[in-house]
Amino acid sequence: MAFDYGKFVSGGLGKQLATTLGLPRPTTLRRHTAGAKLINGAVLVGGHGDTPVADRVKTLLADAGVQVATQASTSVAGVVVDMTSVESPADLETLRAIVAPALKTLAPTGRIIVIGRPVEDAATVAQAAARRALEGIVRSIGKEMRGGGTANTVLVAEGADDAVDATVRFLLSGRSAYVSGQVVTVGKPVGSVEAPTDWDKPLAGKVAVVTGAARGIGASIADVLARDGATVVCVDIPAAGGPLAEVANRIGGSALQVDVTAEDAGAKIAEHARARHGGFDIVVHNAGITRDKLLANMDADRWASVLDVNLSSILAMNETLIPAINDGGHVVNVASIAGIAGNRGQTNYGASKAGVIGMTSALAEEVRAKGVTVNAVAPGFIETEMTDKVPFATREAGRLMNSLNQGGKPVDVAETIGWFSWDANRGVTGNTVRVCGQMLLGA
Amino acid sequence: MASPQPDQTRRAAILGGNRIPFARQFGPYAQASNQDMLTAAIEGLVARYNLGGQRLGEVVAGAVIKHSRDFNLTRESVLGSSLDPHTPAYDIQQACGTGLEAAILVSNKIKLGQAESGIAGGVDTSSDAPITVSEKLRTKLLKVNRAKGAGAQLKALGAIRPTDLGIETPANSEPRTGLSMGEHMAQTAKRWGITREAQDELAVASHRGLARSYDEGFQDDLVTSFKGLARDQNLRPDSSMEKLAKLKPAFGKGDDATMTAGNSTPLTDGASVVLLGSEEYAAEHGLTVQAYFVDGETAAVDYVHGEEGLLMAPAYAVPRLLARNGLTLQDFDYYEIHEAFAATVLSTLKAWEDEDFCKDKLGLDAPLGSIDRDKLNVNGSSLAAGHPFAATGGRIVAALAKMLHEKGPGSRGLISICAAGGQGVVAILEGA
Ligand SMILES: NC(=O)c1ccc[n+]([C@@H]2O[C@H](COP(=O)([O-])OP(=O)(O)OC[C@H]3O[C@@H](n4cnc5c(N)ncnc54)[C@H](O)[C@@H]3O)[C@@H](O)[C@H]2O)c1
Repeated sequence: MAFDYGKFVSGGLGKQLATTLGLPRPTTLRRHTAGAKLINGAVLVGGHGDTPVADRVKTLLADAGVQVATQASTSVAGVVVDMTSVESPADLETLRAIVAPALKTLAPTGRIIVIGRPVEDAATVAQAAARRALEGIVRSIGKEMRGGGTANTVLVAEGADDAVDATVRFLLSGRSAYVSGQVVTVGKPVGSVEAPTDWDKPLAGKVAVVTGAARGIGASIADVLARDGATVVCVDIPAAGGPLAEVANRIGGSALQVDVTAEDAGAKIAEHARARHGGFDIVVHNAGITRDKLLANMDADRWASVLDVNLSSILAMNETLIPAINDGGHVVNVASIAGIAGNRGQTNYGASKAGVIGMTSALAEEVRAKGVTVNAVAPGFIETEMTDKVPFATREAGRLMNSLNQGGKPVDVAETIGWFSWDANRGVTGNTVRVCGQMLLGA
Repeated sequence: MASPQPDQTRRAAILGGNRIPFARQFGPYAQASNQDMLTAAIEGLVARYNLGGQRLGEVVAGAVIKHSRDFNLTRESVLGSSLDPHTPAYDIQQACGTGLEAAILVSNKIKLGQAESGIAGGVDTSSDAPITVSEKLRTKLLKVNRAKGAGAQLKALGAIRPTDLGIETPANSEPRTGLSMGEHMAQTAKRWGITREAQDELAVASHRGLARSYDEGFQDDLVTSFKGLARDQNLRPDSSMEKLAKLKPAFGKGDDATMTAGNSTPLTDGASVVLLGSEEYAAEHGLTVQAYFVDGETAAVDYVHGEEGLLMAPAYAVPRLLARNGLTLQDFDYYEIHEAFAATVLSTLKAWEDEDFCKDKLGLDAPLGSIDRDKLNVNGSSLAAGHPFAATGGRIVAALAKMLHEKGPGSRGLISICAAGGQGVVAILEGA
């Protein structure tokens, strides 16, 4: 078995050693399970001046049976600060005044959420500066937090306040365990924002297509979407048919063996979903490969195969899938931190994943009229069979180079994808959200 | 003879199939039991056609090489699958005809309205074979078991002699003649003058056809990988006449022996299943009817007294089936003649072309005639895929149904499978 630093320092001699040497010790993150409470403790809600979003959040918390705290204490598990009314940098003091004492007492796996407005919509230069400053503050808070806590910024466009609930719920919950230091933009919803009958089954009655579902992150995506109520069409290459069938059967979904690079892949997927399940509401483009080589030694085959599977196939399949997807549906693409920060030996992979991010925002605008959202996740270091094969030192570095001092789990990526797919989340489109525990790379 | 009115029955539809890739004996499935493989084949089908939690009319399957503990092999496989446990199942065994016979049985129930849906299949392992002890030892062991008290048991045990030891594994030979199937076939091949070249040509065509079908993605929704194997292990895409010519004869004697390991099927492990249903069932579940199971026929020959070759029964079954359906041998778009040996296929085809055989043996006025060889085993057959006995029928039915669906409504396919004991099972499918 491979040496696992996280396990080593969590008990016995390893723990002693780590404490003496001041080495980081990862906390077990709070992860969502079916029926779990939104958050284990009270949530402190505050803000600067007019706080329209904070007022919504209070109602949301009451609905979810979560107590609203008025001051910091050890029973506080989350802090939501509405800074939508900041005018100038001086107003930022309010944020300091609320969060600073809270950080001292915040329960483990705590949550800090700061709400602002998009910088580009600012009325004055000073306001733009103040708005952008929020991001700097929150990213720094994320790095100061201990005990598996996370800090994220939510920028809500004017007039989109009623679309914010899904994101606040997601960020407070265990679903966002490995999401930290991120900026989520909630804009004008692409369609009506529909709260689910049951927040524990936000995808009830939906049909989802997941590519690369036979193992790793894709299998976890299928599991999570099914847990949340969706019927899942699991897609993977024929050679992965056995494990693919296992995934499909354990979640009551169906399996479709098709290579995403095949010319008729999109048509086959659309037809399968139509015939078996009467159509589809969610598409997750997760299938992906790596063929690493330094650019100096990169041949055309490695270059092309990675771009084909990770990027061109998505563009080609979307030609069929976008017209076929039910109105009000959701498309989610799996990018990578390598598409943001780049990675030595991964020019091909970096190209494909950066391309995915570019495609995401462009497509989001194109399909707005259809009421379809398009978003991407950019996973950081996620523990899969793939990363198990990474050399020890690189793997440990990957695990530790982030604010949570550990690698993420496939389920963390899956939960983020699930949230992108909620009909309650129609204000979030064109976003790329990293699931990286606030990794240092490209931050 | 009174036939039932056609309006008393309805059509039985073939909705799809699945198999695991076939593996060579002691290959990747060496540790897999029949139940493991049949369950895996069912699980792949369940996933492909979204059958999880569904109660099907019945599941019928079987194995030729079977442990006595597996008396309820199919039912146990169903219980280990994602199907509704309320799905009944039963086992059948008709040697290499098992899989096709299972499909006939399920389709008959559907036609009669006794079932809305069902799975037919088969499985065989040549690796995880049952072992039996010598008859003497078995009798003595049973005595030990009956004996009361430790003393009596020890005494009974003491009666076992070293010469009683001896284990037997199932042999691929005919109990009544003691000859292996290959030796039987060699006699028939000689009788029909089947040349080595003709047999090797058929083998090469089989490998090339199957390899092409994989490359074209034809097998993508027919096969589900198992234990890391994604294609039939026996498949040699680069098979050639030159390579096959180098092999020494394996069956038959003398200089004119023609049958080699290259033009005979190897021992293999694998499983296959086919989903059948009424048209109503298909519509309700969003499944496409690929083909209809039109009719089936079985025949048997007296090979024991040398009257006919062991594997020639399909030659008799087919004309009876054609007559009943008012068809000629040429009325088909595809022919699937199971390649137990290349010589089996060639002897059968030659017999149908032979005036004397058709007159004397089949009682026909004229020979059935020849077939367009381009329509024969188009996507390969057992020589390339391998032949886990009871699994071959399901492999052929599922693949042929798909080919006929691609060809279009009204297209027709003929299946012919020979079986040990001098039997043959044949069937007609019609494309939808
Ligand atoms: N594991 C990580 O740390 C990490 C980090 C960033 C991004 N990602 C991305 O997440 C996604 C999933 O990664 P993973 O770690 O689960 O990898 P994985 O290799 O475990 O799984 C990928 C799956 O995609 C399938 N696939 C590959 N090519 C395909 C094709 N042409 N058609 C259909 N299916 C195909 C594979 O068979 C496999 O089942 C990929 O897009 C990857 O780039 C992973």
